[in-house]
Amino acid sequence: MVSKKKKKYSSGEGAQFMTRKAALKKLQLSLKDFRRICILKGIYPREPRNRKRAQKGAGGIKTLYHTKDIKFLLHEPILWKLRELKVYQQKIRKARAMREFRQMRKYLRDYPDINIDHIVKERYPTFVDALRDLDDCLTLCFLFSTFPSLKRVPRNQSLLCRRLTVEFMHAIIAAKALRKVFISVKGYYYQAELEGQTITWIVPHHFSFQPQSKDEVDFKIMSTFVEFYTMMLGFVNFKLYHSLNLVYPPKLTAAFSDTDKELVDEQAYVAERIAAMNIPVIKLEGANEVEELPEIDIFQSEGEDPQKLEEAKQEAEKVKKLKTMFKGLKFYINREVPREPLVFIIRCFGGEVSWDKDLFVGATFDESDESIAYQIVDRPNMDKQYLSRYYVQPQWVFDSVNTRTLLPISKYLMGAELPPHLSPFVDKTRDQVYKPPEERALLDPNFKPLNDDEDSGSEIEEASDEDEEGKDDSEVEDPEQALTKQYQQEVEEDSTSEDEDDDIDPEKKKLKKEKKKAMSVTTGVPHKEHPYQKEIEDKQAFRLREKLVRKKYRNLYKSMKAGQEKRKKEIWLLRKKRRLHDEKVKEAKKAEKHKKKIQAIEAASA
Amino acid sequence: MPPFRIGLLKRKIESGDEKFSTNEGSTKEESHALEDSDNLFRGDLDDANDATDSEPEINDDNDSDSNNSVDKVIFGDDADSTLGEDEDGEDSDQSSELTDSEADDEDDSEDNENESESEKSVDSGAESGPSQAQSSDEVDKQLPKLRKKTTNASKKQSKVKKQNFKNSVDILAEKIKDSSVSSTTACLPVEQRDEYESGDTSDEEDRRNTTGEVPRWWYDEYPHVGYDLDGRRIMKPPQRDQIDEFLKRCEDPDFWRTVKDPSTGQDVKLSKDDLELIRRLREGHVPDPAHDEYQPWVEWFSREVLATPLRAFPDHKRSFLPSRSDARRVAALVHALRMGWAKTRKQLADERRQKREKEFYNLWGSESEPPRGIHRHIPAPRRPLPSHAESYNPPPEYLLDKREMKEWEKLSATPWLRKYSFLPTRHDSLRAVAAHARYTRERFLRCLDLYLAPRAIAMRESINFVHLEVELEIHIFDKTSQLTIRPEELVPKLPSPRDLQPFPTREALQFRGHAAAVRCLHVHPSGQYLATGSDDRTVKGRERRRPAREPQFSPDRPTDVCLVCAVWEVSTGRCLHTVEAGEAVARVCWSPAAGLALLAAAAGARLLLLAPGDRVGSRRAAETTDRLLDEPPPPHDVAMDERTRSCVQWERVGAERRARGLRLALAHFKDIVHVAWHSRGDYVCVTLRDAASRSVVVHQLSRRRSQLPFRRSKGLVQCALFHPTKPWLFVATQRAVRIYDLARQELVRKLQPGAQWNSALAAHPGGDHLLVASYDSKCMWFDLELSARPYQTLRVHGRAVRAAAFHPRYPLFATGGDDRYIVVSHGMVYNDLLQNPLLVPLKQLPGGEPRDSLVTLDLQFHPTQPWLFAACADSTIRLYS
Repeated sequence: MVSKKKKKYSSGEGAQFMTRKAALKKLQLSLKDFRRICILKGIYPREPRNRKRAQKGAGGIKTLYHTKDIKFLLHEPILWKLRELKVYQQKIRKARAMREFRQMRKYLRDYPDINIDHIVKERYPTFVDALRDLDDCLTLCFLFSTFPSLKRVPRNQSLLCRRLTVEFMHAIIAAKALRKVFISVKGYYYQAELEGQTITWIVPHHFSFQPQSKDEVDFKIMSTFVEFYTMMLGFVNFKLYHSLNLVYPPKLTAAFSDTDKELVDEQAYVAERIAAMNIPVIKLEGANEVEELPEIDIFQSEGEDPQKLEEAKQEAEKVKKLKTMFKGLKFYINREVPREPLVFIIRCFGGEVSWDKDLFVGATFDESDESIAYQIVDRPNMDKQYLSRYYVQPQWVFDSVNTRTLLPISKYLMGAELPPHLSPFVDKTRDQVYKPPEERALLDPNFKPLNDDEDSGSEIEEASDEDEEGKDDSEVEDPEQALTKQYQQEVEEDSTSEDEDDDIDPEKKKLKKEKKKAMSVTTGVPHKEHPYQKEIEDKQAFRLREKLVRKKYRNLYKSMKAGQEKRKKEIWLLRKKRRLHDEKVKEAKKAEKHKKKIQAIEAASA
Repeated sequence: MPPFRIGLLKRKIESGDEKFSTNEGSTKEESHALEDSDNLFRGDLDDANDATDSEPEINDDNDSDSNNSVDKVIFGDDADSTLGEDEDGEDSDQSSELTDSEADDEDDSEDNENESESEKSVDSGAESGPSQAQSSDEVDKQLPKLRKKTTNASKKQSKVKKQNFKNSVDILAEKIKDSSVSSTTACLPVEQRDEYESGDTSDEEDRRNTTGEVPRWWYDEYPHVGYDLDGRRIMKPPQRDQIDEFLKRCEDPDFWRTVKDPSTGQDVKLSKDDLELIRRLREGHVPDPAHDEYQPWVEWFSREVLATPLRAFPDHKRSFLPSRSDARRVAALVHALRMGWAKTRKQLADERRQKREKEFYNLWGSESEPPRGIHRHIPAPRRPLPSHAESYNPPPEYLLDKREMKEWEKLSATPWLRKYSFLPTRHDSLRAVAAHARYTRERFLRCLDLYLAPRAIAMRESINFVHLEVELEIHIFDKTSQLTIRPEELVPKLPSPRDLQPFPTREALQFRGHAAAVRCLHVHPSGQYLATGSDDRTVKGRERRRPAREPQFSPDRPTDVCLVCAVWEVSTGRCLHTVEAGEAVARVCWSPAAGLALLAAAAGARLLLLAPGDRVGSRRAAETTDRLLDEPPPPHDVAMDERTRSCVQWERVGAERRARGLRLALAHFKDIVHVAWHSRGDYVCVTLRDAASRSVVVHQLSRRRSQLPFRRSKGLVQCALFHPTKPWLFVATQRAVRIYDLARQELVRKLQPGAQWNSALAAHPGGDHLLVASYDSKCMWFDLELSARPYQTLRVHGRAVRAAAFHPRYPLFATGGDDRYIVVSHGMVYNDLLQNPLLVPLKQLPGGEPRDSLVTLDLQFHPTQPWLFAACADSTIRLYS
């Protein structure tokens, strides 16, 4: 029996992948519909191991989808909906062409809606899965909530985004889940922790919408994403409210309940949204007013590092403190300060907020309230100031949240030059990360920043700088230095002790000398080991071992090493720039001082 | 006849009898003329008609004489003619049409003749007609073709008439008179009678000619044009020829306003009003001059003014009462609305809106089986979190300085190559922060990445090093790969060299004395002596202690002895013995046999067996060596075949050379590359350069004979070694290493190091492992029991490796070559077959100075101590301890 010859690419990688064109043919969809269903279902192209084989021998680079993904799409009920929609659109087109506008309007009015609930469930089988993937969803929804009505975006989409984002923020406030905040040039970064998942999202600064050219941004694609994300966020919100014992949907303001008021201007809308944030959401009946998480009991399990446990405990303690950081404090926000982020943050940590009653709706107390603890101002000075409160700049709130304590306000007072605002997202556990002096001061209370006027401070700084450099080069060198120091000290001590001995009894010394002459035994010199010998040896050994990296990983290793070198160089550059900057500042200060002195002398002489 | 003409004529009749009576004839004539020209409004009359028209006018003057006399005779005719005016006009139209077809014309004219002849008796005035017709007939007959060709008949006719007139001017003159008389006499009485006697209405006046709608040309050949209401004929007015017309035109000042009435054939003179009317019509005005186009509009029926009711009758009573049926219908609707069966539009819209509004519920509430998801889903990596540089108020070191700013500007065309996706800027206060211009674009790119960027699990490898098992997983996504491992983890974790001591760590001694590169060295099995061979020919051998780091060799010192082979005492560094070999020594090798002091040195093509004498080793050893070599071999054994004999020759040594230590010399036909002793010391294996199949020669000392183990060459043989324990021979060719069993005379195994060019071999003292060095800077460790492929390839050298050596006792091996460093490695071999050898590079020892890109040429370990000897190209021998 002659077996049939196997066709090429009928198995293996050639059969595993499918070009986009083949997928379109298989699914009987137009590219537009395919794109839409891919976005909704979360299907993406895959990178094959061997592109040539995956493309069935064809050259060039093609978009390849996994065959199983396409087969998975084939079973999607929405596929039929899309085909029906195509027919429906043809009807509309025909009505328009026949100038049957009444019919056309009817068609447009009854445009069928695609229900994608099951896709949300399918893509995120559990709630935690959905939370894990919430970053992009929130960022895009927050962006869309600032959009005006656009040509290719359904009209109600941005409204829905507004509603859902505000609901989500309320959930965060109620759950006290906010952990980190950051003002970037792109927008406000927020990081919250829900069910053990960290969710980071960006809210753009005001007036972020700018008309985009067609080849720059395709709003249609973004709108399709938003279509899915709104569903997802809605369900997440529901679940969040449900788990927090809150009523969903919350009654926030008239703006969201009544969609007829679409013509409200942007200002009014923003004002209402912020006002809504100032209202506590309605709790379900019978829900406990204060439900605190029980103390975390950490069990000593086998193989766990006790130090790690201790750290975890401390972290939990800190987070608990952070949650009630602003509790009982009253904040008043001046009108020039962007209110939305501040209201959100302050409310998240239990503070009370208000603002100018005459300008914006939703103010809860007046400026003249004596119990206000902090007034947030963003202007150099004010005419009328109350003695009973601190006037701080908004960065104080952000920095306080990131350090998890109420920072001393001295650097953040009204009109003061602000210290740099640092990102809380820099991974502290990674090596080869440049830490600006401010951050190091935060981490290490003993650290003296460079900006101190005393010269000694700067010297220490330089010393520590070098220290740091050494650390970056190799972590092992640090203990080595300590060792050498110790060794030197010991040597010194030895010599001193000998001297002391000499001083103590000269007679004995004389005797000794005589003896020495007689016996001719020279005093032994302790063997001085080269302090770096061990390190050098280790390094040499490592360099030899480096050569034994397997051939397979040699390139990877090389590139990783190159990356390390690059990072090292970057750190060096940053450090150098900082040093130069600090020197410049110091000189300027000195010059000023000198000038003042001369002026004082002149004044005295005069 | 066009309808307006009818009205025109009617008006004329109404206007006044005097005018009519005077102009009757002329109008008739004129109407004819107009019909001919087919245009009423042209005004000017044609030449031909002018001629005919002129006649009655001329005659008009003469009419006064004849009017009364003819009056009665023509009376009836006139009446007829007036009555038939209307039809006459139409007929004339027809006649004008008819003129187009000549045949008809001819017939007509013939008919006319007949008629005229029959009526001649009745009408004197009608005579002119037939005569004219006759004349025309004549002309017709004369020029039938001419007539046929003409299209515009009227013109043709007139031409014909003119010719006619020229022929008979006299006759014409008479006729003109007659016709004019008749016409003038006919006109007046008709008018008078018409108006006053019949007493008809104006409607009847129109129909004085009762012929009806018949073509006018039917009457062309008759003297009458139709019949009046009483059935009497309406006689044609006398026809005028062209001359008449002409005359009339010349004489009559009103000729231009005279037209011919076709129904009666009378001339009508247009009144002033008529002319005015015509003028207005031609100018496109409303004919009535009294009509005011711009008179004020009086509204009487519009949406504002309703002067008259729409309906003349008042509304019915029931129109004020609600309709019963409507009420019933409304009630039904109200009921339906109440019951919820029907809905108002607003309700419908609300419902629709509500339907559109997303309903959220607890999606993850019910614990059902999770639906099928994506096959091997690769979650999208998150965007990197912002660094300090992205802050609105970053630390000053993150702001770009001048140089960085320049680079930033330079990359403006390719912004993705920039360090940051944003320009780090410092804002003094929060209110100064503007929106990020590219924010939307960035979000869009992220969206694109999510659905368009191919995702892959880039590396999923379990790396199994000796002490390392790391699962690596990297996602490639949008060109940003994130490694979760550190590079140090890729380096195999090996025991620290400190734990693997002892091994040579530093240079202890330098043996100096050679003038050129030291090619080879070998340590005596006792470990006390070191033999070296070199390229030099100019250095004198001096027995002197040469401690390390002491400049003791100066090239300016004269040399007298050609030294190529030297024996050194290891402990002191003294040169004990030198032998001049005459040629460069490629290889030296102590015999491993215990109790012997025999040195094999390869000088050029010669293998010299040297006994260094009593200064080296014990005297006893020297004696046994001498004895062994002196006693001649058993004669029957000395049997070498021709092939071997051509290759090797055992030479006798003279007394002089013997005194210098030489005991035996073997001359080969090619230069020797490598020499290796068998572990017993009886056999020496020699490798020759470029000797093809005879490149490996094995000499047996006890029997003084040589063997060529191979018939065929299998490549360029680099070196050949005996297995330390087994009767095997390792032969390294350029690419492969072959192992032969000498006892069974077969190939045991072929090893493939995978290098381009092997350089050296070293067998582990255990015999199960082999180290192959190659010129492409690699060293291959073979576990002979494992596979034909290297167990491990060591790339510890940067350049070609020329020498490799195992320590006989310690688990150490060393490799050296053109590199600056000699690498000492730990090579632990376990008795347990399951455990693989552990190879750890321990130390890089600095070699000698490079000479001609050569550094280390040979390596050898001390047999008992962890010491390493290196033959360096800078003419030194170095001892590392």
